[in-house]
Amino acid sequence: MLQVRNLKVSFRTEHGPVRAVDDVSFDVNEREIVGVVGESGSGKTISLLSVMGLINDPNAVIEGSIVYKGRELLGLPQRELRHVRGKEIAMIFQDPMTSLTPVYTIGWQIAEQVLTHNAVSKRAARQRAIELLTAVGIPSPESAVDRYPHQLSGGMRQRAVIAMALSCNPSLLIADEPTTALDVTVQAQILELIQKLRRDFGSAVVLITHDMGVVAEVADRVQVMYAGRIVERGSKRDLFKNPRHPYTWGLLDSIPPLDGPRPHRLKSIRGMPPSLLALPKGCAFGPRCRYQFDKCGEQPALAGSDGHDTACFLSPEARAAAWSQRLLGTKAAS
Amino acid sequence: MFGAIVKRLGQMLFVMVGISVLVFLIFFATPGADPASRIAGRNASPETLEAVRKDFGFDRPLYVQYGLLMERLFITQDLTSFVNRGWKVVPAVFDVAPVTLSLVTGAAILWVIGGVVIGLVAAATRGSILDRTLMMLGLIGVSMPVYWLGEVMNLITQSRFHDAWVFAWVPPLGYKALTEDPGGWFLTLVIPWVTLATLYMGLYGRVLRANLVEAGQEDYIRTARAKGLSETRILVRHALRTSLITIVTLFGLDFGALVGGAALLTEVVFGLQGIGKLTYDSLRNFDLPVIMATVMYASFFVVIANAAVDVVYVVLDPRIRKA
Repeated sequence: MLQVRNLKVSFRTEHGPVRAVDDVSFDVNEREIVGVVGESGSGKTISLLSVMGLINDPNAVIEGSIVYKGRELLGLPQRELRHVRGKEIAMIFQDPMTSLTPVYTIGWQIAEQVLTHNAVSKRAARQRAIELLTAVGIPSPESAVDRYPHQLSGGMRQRAVIAMALSCNPSLLIADEPTTALDVTVQAQILELIQKLRRDFGSAVVLITHDMGVVAEVADRVQVMYAGRIVERGSKRDLFKNPRHPYTWGLLDSIPPLDGPRPHRLKSIRGMPPSLLALPKGCAFGPRCRYQFDKCGEQPALAGSDGHDTACFLSPEARAAAWSQRLLGTKAAS
Repeated sequence: MFGAIVKRLGQMLFVMVGISVLVFLIFFATPGADPASRIAGRNASPETLEAVRKDFGFDRPLYVQYGLLMERLFITQDLTSFVNRGWKVVPAVFDVAPVTLSLVTGAAILWVIGGVVIGLVAAATRGSILDRTLMMLGLIGVSMPVYWLGEVMNLITQSRFHDAWVFAWVPPLGYKALTEDPGGWFLTLVIPWVTLATLYMGLYGRVLRANLVEAGQEDYIRTARAKGLSETRILVRHALRTSLITIVTLFGLDFGALVGGAALLTEVVFGLQGIGKLTYDSLRNFDLPVIMATVMYASFFVVIANAAVDVVYVVLDPRIRKA
């Protein structure tokens, strides 16, 4: 349904071009939930923003191809993109506190989106808003529809935002860290809601997050990004049971363990993400990677078998050795 | 809600009483000069001075004097000027009020519409030549003193180019009442309107543009764009609506101050006998009763304008309303 090929996004700055997204290709199929994981600066948000054409910066240079239902989106004039935005592809953002216009009621804002894309009466739009608020689990939707954003709690606001995004039945919902600004119990509710959406509305979801726990909860497929490139990609099962890239190992290791003896120190990936202005030659993760060897001076391509790809030069044997070493290391440390 | 209104009225009254006491003390209780001679004006005879003293009770304690003055100003309304003998001050103030009101209201309509249009266009075409030109013009408008601009307008319309068809219609300086001569009323006020509005148009245009650009960076604008709304709709319905709060606040205060007499320079330049001109003349002549009356009138309007702005603010911004 959505095919992104060789997407490159860079920004012209006074210090030179900054490659935020470096040759990224991925697919999203109907009704699937794709998790996109990475640190800040990994390019995960920018790549999805460019799908919607929401990058407003005049210094941005976007190349590649974004095909949605057979139609090339990159290069489409704003006039036409507007028909796609909100109607076919919807996006929700991180902070529900500031995502809604403070001076209009949530019912008005949902109705506005409905009315923009559908020729219906105001009353019908309002009805639809109430239906949507009910579907996302907001209590007393008939009165909630006339409330202002500041009158709702964070979790309720995010639900309202999700309701608004789904108002025109989009085939794809892009959720950019929807639960990061919420507390954990609310996070669980929102994730449950997102799964339910796939069932009830039939939309595919791209869930951007830096939290592996979130991904483990809801995603069908996962792609891990680092410094603007995809470093590993596969089904959730493959990724969690049999991760191949050292960065993914690092991410999984850094999750505090729920069982076993309490570690003295939490594990983290040593070093810092590279500045996008001064990317290392070859594999961007190289300098931080414990298993770096001389081949890593070249850029590894994303390759693999049976749907599980990785961008790493470690041979399967070397990987297996590193893996067992890692497991041993875990046991030894605890 | 009712309690809040009463509380607010109480505050307003307190402010106005405070101002009246302050003005009274400045003019009547400053040690050194004889208030009677100041009231009677220059070149007053000793008999007049004596009469004034008795009248105002300068032999009585201060608070009695204050009470008497307030009584004459507000209750009996027979406070008379001592420079123009027998001229009742309070009716005089109300006689000239319509002039100022006409001037300020007309200018206000011009500058609000102009300012909003300038702000919107500049923000919509941000960074372009049009935007920069508009901001430059706005800056020039703000920088030109109204008395200078007014005199220049007079120079052009009344003398230099008066005979050319462009300005032949401009009547001589002065004011014609709306009820007597609507056409004349309009014509006499057109140039003053434009002069007074120029300053505020520039100011409002610049302020609105800044507010709109800032609002454009907000997250909810990004959401609006993701919803598929047109840029015009986003600008007018989302960005403008939130920026309106600042503009309305500014407007309320400016309008209140101008109606109260802050348009005095414009009135003097164009020969309009409004509150501002009255205040100006009374200050030059040191006509204390008139000064007192105009100051109270002005302070009343500023206080009312502040209260009105607070009410409108609550209406515009739902975040401020309590349940």
